[in-house]
Amino acid sequence: MTRPLAQSLAVGLAYRLGRLAVVLLLVAAVAFSLAKISPIDPVNAYLGDDIARVGPEQKALIAERWGLNEAPLTQFVRWAQNILQGDLGYSMIYNAPVSEVIASRFWTSLPLVGLAWLLSGILGFALGVVAGANSGSWIDRVIRVYAYVLSCAPTFWIAILLLLAFAVFLGWAPVCCAGPIGVVPEDVTFSDRLRHLALPLAALTVFGVSQVALHTRAKMIEILNLDAALYARAQGATKLDIVLRHGLRNAALPAVTILFASLGELFGGSILAEQVFSYPGLGQATVAAGIKGDVPLLLAITLCLTLFVSVGNMIADMLYRLVDPRIRDGDLLTGGDHG
Amino acid sequence: MAELGERQTLEPLILPRMDNRVRSFAAAAVCLFLILLIPVAALMAGSAGVAPDFTARLVPPDWAHWFGTDQMGRDMFARTAKALTTSLWVGLFASACSVLIAVVMVLVSAASGRWMDALVSLAIDATIGLPHLVLLILICFALGGGPFAVTLALALTHWPRLARILRAEVMQIKQADYIISARHFGKSWAAIAVGHVLPQLVPQMLVGFVLMVPHAILHEASLTFLGFGLEPTSPAIGVMLADSMRYLTAGKWWLGLFPGLCLLLFVLCFDAVGNGLRLIFDPRTAQT
Repeated sequence: MTRPLAQSLAVGLAYRLGRLAVVLLLVAAVAFSLAKISPIDPVNAYLGDDIARVGPEQKALIAERWGLNEAPLTQFVRWAQNILQGDLGYSMIYNAPVSEVIASRFWTSLPLVGLAWLLSGILGFALGVVAGANSGSWIDRVIRVYAYVLSCAPTFWIAILLLLAFAVFLGWAPVCCAGPIGVVPEDVTFSDRLRHLALPLAALTVFGVSQVALHTRAKMIEILNLDAALYARAQGATKLDIVLRHGLRNAALPAVTILFASLGELFGGSILAEQVFSYPGLGQATVAAGIKGDVPLLLAITLCLTLFVSVGNMIADMLYRLVDPRIRDGDLLTGGDHG
Repeated sequence: MAELGERQTLEPLILPRMDNRVRSFAAAAVCLFLILLIPVAALMAGSAGVAPDFTARLVPPDWAHWFGTDQMGRDMFARTAKALTTSLWVGLFASACSVLIAVVMVLVSAASGRWMDALVSLAIDATIGLPHLVLLILICFALGGGPFAVTLALALTHWPRLARILRAEVMQIKQADYIISARHFGKSWAAIAVGHVLPQLVPQMLVGFVLMVPHAILHEASLTFLGFGLEPTSPAIGVMLADSMRYLTAGKWWLGLFPGLCLLLFVLCFDAVGNGLRLIFDPRTAQT
């Protein structure tokens, strides 16, 4: 190794941050052009049912005030400037500034997505370790089939099945929303909130477990086949010893890496789960914004999620380099090939 | 050590044992047959599943209606078969376009040097950096929904993973001696890319294509479920499941169970076919 670790990491981080900025700009440009070519007219979408009461002159006035008549590039530059100054625009469907909508939705989604992330990490890791340590046994086969089938299942269907089983037939959990109907969000008790969170959380976790489990299993088998494991065995260590001392540590970091790299799928899943359970989070706002043509909100959410997912990918990529020194120095400039 | 010996028979290190291979091929063949059966079933169903029958609304599954009927009295079995046929076409077409995009991008970046390569890898990063579903929603929003918009959206979003794999492969191929000597004989990079690199990529392209189809089908169903995809009147798994949401609380479980189950089995079948193909073309990596 020619460069000290800290310096190499610093250079890598700087390079990655610059790349992140470029990616964000690219996504902003693409998202903006997509919104521009949409057949949904922003003025009509804004007026909604009031459209019958507004004449063409007034519509032209609104278009004029919003700057819809200017060249697309000018509009894009103005929009980008506003966003850099912290002004995300005004959401028509929620009748509030976009930043407020996103903030409040974010705090509703955070327990759901965060807990799902954590739980699927812990459960997936545990399942992977158990399967890998007992590879070939019936428990390994059960876990493998489970993970494989779940990785092919549509998320929203799993959510519907959970809803059918636990909310409709067993009646253990409420059917929808983040709190009882008719209660203001501030008055919802903690236990109520937990009860409403349970099913969407279960849907996301059941789904998120599979990838971590499969990767951890493969890693575990690899470790147990090492000469080191055989040697420890020859010295009289039990299999449990080897799994705990050699296996867990070596398998943990790859699992964390997978978790960071799968943030995108987790957000995608949360959109579907929130839709099924009418959970008023960021995902449901995305769908509502898309269906009703609320362009500022849709664009802002897109940028926020891109930031999240890209940072997650970035962390995953840097973790890879930390774990495996062979790729740390070599292809710094070629970017991540390991997602 | 009995345990080590046992592990070697169950997890062969170099090549899967013959009976294992035969079993995989058999599974793939059965799955292919099942997939081909779906369009036939949809054709034989005729107008069932589309034409409403208000005398038989919300009938639970019985011998006449295997999957029951929906709120308009349409047979859910015929409807599911039709929906899966649509999914099949959308998935096949979108994946084919996506593979084409990936190959063209990788070949162009291989033929035109460092700058183009950096651009391609930036495009890959930007596409992966956005949650798949959000990008799909954006594209469908821009195009206003419908089968064309969905297919295009799927084609535009599924190429990056394959492009990464192909790019790594191209990097390796470019180091080979015969490429270097072709270069010394004065062949242009473009000619080398088409003449020497492309044929090497064909197996990966085929496997990538078949394994991409189930992904595309799942995303199509998700999009349609959210209301951005196929029209709400057409038979599609997403539409059926979205409609079923209104009747689930009334205990009409068959509306939600069967279409999703069929979609899952369909996707699993496709995956099995893909893995069978991988056994043929790429036996070394196909065991995991």
